[in-house]
Amino acid sequence: MTAAAAPDTRTLADFVIGMADNDLILAQQLGKLCGHGPNLETDIALTNISLDLFGQVRSCFQYAATLLGNGATEDTIAFLRKEHEYRNVLLVEQPSLDFGHIIVRQFLYDVFHHLLLERLQFSADETIAAIARKSIKETAYHVRFSADWLVRLGDGNDESRARAQAALDHLWPYADEWFLPTAVESAAAAAGIGADLPSLREPYQRKVAAVLREATLELPADTHFRKGGKQGIHTEHMGYILAEMQSMQRTYPGMQW
Amino acid sequence: MIMNDWPLWEVFIRSRSGLEHRHCGSLHAADAKMALENARDVYTRRNEGVSIWVVPSAQITASQPEEQAELFDPAADKAYRHPTFYVLPEEVRHM
Repeated sequence: MTAAAAPDTRTLADFVIGMADNDLILAQQLGKLCGHGPNLETDIALTNISLDLFGQVRSCFQYAATLLGNGATEDTIAFLRKEHEYRNVLLVEQPSLDFGHIIVRQFLYDVFHHLLLERLQFSADETIAAIARKSIKETAYHVRFSADWLVRLGDGNDESRARAQAALDHLWPYADEWFLPTAVESAAAAAGIGADLPSLREPYQRKVAAVLREATLELPADTHFRKGGKQGIHTEHMGYILAEMQSMQRTYPGMQW
Repeated sequence: MIMNDWPLWEVFIRSRSGLEHRHCGSLHAADAKMALENARDVYTRRNEGVSIWVVPSAQITASQPEEQAELFDPAADKAYRHPTFYVLPEEVRHM
């Protein structure tokens, strides 16, 4: 395959930031649950996943900051953008309504995330490939954790099954947006830097179906898939997440721990 | 928040440099698979281990504190059981 010309620095930075925005927002949502997990063990597990994701975000944003220059840092990228400048998919900003929603949201993202990292390990961009190789082991465990829990909830008792199914009905419409490439993602894929996103749909749906079968859960029929997050058009939940996440940097600009 | 019906498990971790698994604590889990994953999340977050054993706490038979006198006190004055009356040659290592 002949790769297209390498994208310009701005496009590359946008690609890296867009990819990491999913991890950033999900990590923030999981971090908020610290101390609120259903029990101590699960609480720590969710916090571990949050920290794994924040670690991946930091690697990506540090790289993006060097690409952007002009005084950009991982903190300015993480905390000082406006809502429409975040490129995360809508799924990760959906609220943690109950443990069923937390697990279904996690599972739907983890499966995609793992497939994506499998491809990005072979990115023509060495930094992206290195980040993907390091992250994929963490994400493999995330899939294992969320898939296990989905099976436990779905194939559990009437209450857990009903809640898991309700969460799936609610969140499944958000589980297709990541396969629709933006102009930036298409440019990155053409240059061998990004992944061919539409080609991930088939293995994604196969993996999800296999776990759902074990969990005795069913996908809702006739789904109208939601999109917009990757264009910066977010749901009502996003503003609240950012308000909390950005409050320290907005109040004390340039603060350091 | 209350899940007291999950049984308790004892966790043993073998560290990178260690030869044997060591008891490091306990946790609650619904079954062995969950116990392993919980142990991974609770007890190996700081790079402590390369192998985990989990054992249902109920499967452990323990000596009773009130048996301490008959079980352990008799060993207190048997100094001759310690290998301290031999002169070890220099070449013998790891003793």
